[in-house]
Amino acid sequence: MTGVAPAASPEAAPSATRAGRHPWLSVLWSAARTPRGAAGLTMTALVVLVAVAGPAVSPHSPNDLVTLTFAKPSGQAPLGGDFLGRDVLSRVLNGGWLLLLMALAATAIGIVAGGAAGIAAAYLRGARDGIIMRTVDVILAFPQLVFALLLLALLGPKLWLIVLAVGLSHAPAVARVIRSATLDIAERDYVKVAELQGMRPVKVMGKEILPNLISPLMVEAGLRLTYSIVIIAGLAFLGFGQPPPAANWGTMINENRIGLQLNPWAVIVPAVLIALLTIGTNTFTDAVARVTIGVDRRPEEAALLDDLGPEQT
Amino acid sequence: MATATAPAEPAAPARTEHPLLLLTTRRLGIGVLTLFVVSAIVFLATEVLPGNAAYAVLGRNANPARLHALERQLHLDQGLLSQYWTWLSGLLTGKLGTSLANGQPVWGLVEPRLINSAVIVIATGVIGAILGVALGAIAALRKDSWFDHVISVAALAVTSLPEFIVAIGLIILFSTVVLHLLPAVSLLPPGTYAWSQPELLILPVATLVIVIVPYIFRMMRAAMIEALESDYVEMARLKGVPEWQIVLTHALPNAMAPTIQVIGLNFLYLAGGVVLVEYVFNYPGIGQGLVFAVENRDIPVIQFIVVALAAFYVCVNIASDVVALLVTPRRRIPR
Repeated sequence: MTGVAPAASPEAAPSATRAGRHPWLSVLWSAARTPRGAAGLTMTALVVLVAVAGPAVSPHSPNDLVTLTFAKPSGQAPLGGDFLGRDVLSRVLNGGWLLLLMALAATAIGIVAGGAAGIAAAYLRGARDGIIMRTVDVILAFPQLVFALLLLALLGPKLWLIVLAVGLSHAPAVARVIRSATLDIAERDYVKVAELQGMRPVKVMGKEILPNLISPLMVEAGLRLTYSIVIIAGLAFLGFGQPPPAANWGTMINENRIGLQLNPWAVIVPAVLIALLTIGTNTFTDAVARVTIGVDRRPEEAALLDDLGPEQT
Repeated sequence: MATATAPAEPAAPARTEHPLLLLTTRRLGIGVLTLFVVSAIVFLATEVLPGNAAYAVLGRNANPARLHALERQLHLDQGLLSQYWTWLSGLLTGKLGTSLANGQPVWGLVEPRLINSAVIVIATGVIGAILGVALGAIAALRKDSWFDHVISVAALAVTSLPEFIVAIGLIILFSTVVLHLLPAVSLLPPGTYAWSQPELLILPVATLVIVIVPYIFRMMRAAMIEALESDYVEMARLKGVPEWQIVLTHALPNAMAPTIQVIGLNFLYLAGGVVLVEYVFNYPGIGQGLVFAVENRDIPVIQFIVVALAAFYVCVNIASDVVALLVTPRRRIPR
């Protein structure tokens, strides 16, 4: 993993002094000022604005039958009607906030669980490292969407379960990246000093190691947020989301695709919003990775390359 | 990396005659172990979690008599360990039990789906790998040209697109709103094979190719640029080796090693990616089968498909590691 953390230190150090106690804010700020970062942030902000402010400016209730089935756009319904004759614009304005909220929660679960497991595995080493990483290998053998579908099949389609399943399915990949970043930091002098002073392992991990993992953690958070949106919107598309008649961008695409010939806007608008959102978060994450790591390579790819060593089997 | 991890790992085994063979067998061993654990987890999860399988299937229709009959059919009346043994030995000998949704043998339902999905995955993998490697190599050779910039920005944008959005976009472009060239959904009944109507394969495969090519492209471009700036390429140039030969015999093989890993990763992604794409195009593959089984809570089918996908995952993982080792001799030597 040497590609990730050591390269990060010279870049991160000056920004840390500039922003004082919040180095991560200054990283976000420098990323936002690159052309790539600005483009990503603009796209994300646009979609977030629609999702968050949408319910307040929605012209109709999302469930009112306003017009005809798959009606063409009109003054009454600027984006036309959906498969039941409800206003597409109102459903678009109401159908995004929960997706954002669920994606954020799933990302938080994945980063916290994966980060903790990765730091613990690398710092504690030995048998505990082995147990954590073999568990990671087993969870990784389930494709993320399949993992979520399996849990939903067993426990029923509940929203909290979707969030939990997606969050947990992120954890192994996060753990791998954070483990390799920690392996390097755990060898540094200030960690040794803290250990010699008799600091407890939990405190060493929290106070000495964690602050140095901000760059990889931020890049991971951005990546996992993008993937969370992709998976949660995909599950909604498959029909595993809010039960009808709730408005949801993923569900709208599936409900209205039979009427593509009549009113394509009922599919195109939610699809474009989801696409803008994922492209936006991904592009901004790319900018953050360039600012903090300085390499045009995602940490997951870098970790993968270093994993190739034969002694790691 | 070697120095950082070395203390955590057990001492490297003494050099053997066939390090490649040793590594392969070790990977295989770990793979079999992983699959064993996966099968146990899938089994336990489907049996132990709230409301057993019989109850889950019957739902509101459950009454003691029906529950009891179904429990016997699913061997739920035996001990947990013997249940697991019955299931696992059935899995290994091809006796997968019967679907709870329609009472047909699971294997008969799943076999055509497995083959249909394999057709999509292999076609996507081959086309995607060739396209990604070629585009990546050209972009690296013409670094900072307009070609490089256009493809790199396009790759960044497409990298994060959900596959069902790509699929819907292609349907809008090619089969409904803009043009009417290709079928939007497959009308193949389940149980038939895809090659009876090859035009049905175009859009699903195109969707998955669009989703995986950016990853392969990015890695190939980065690895190729690194290789072209290396000392051995410089050395070859100084010796007067023709440029095309440098690219083909020096840079390309070295850039392929990490790229093969990424191609392997994308095959792994396809194990999950087929689910949504098959559902969008109504393509009778294993992913669509999983969605239907989840909707019907058809536990034996879910169990088999999940374990099959995990087995695919483990095998691809091993294969891509072994191929990467074959391509880069220096990685074979234990450090």
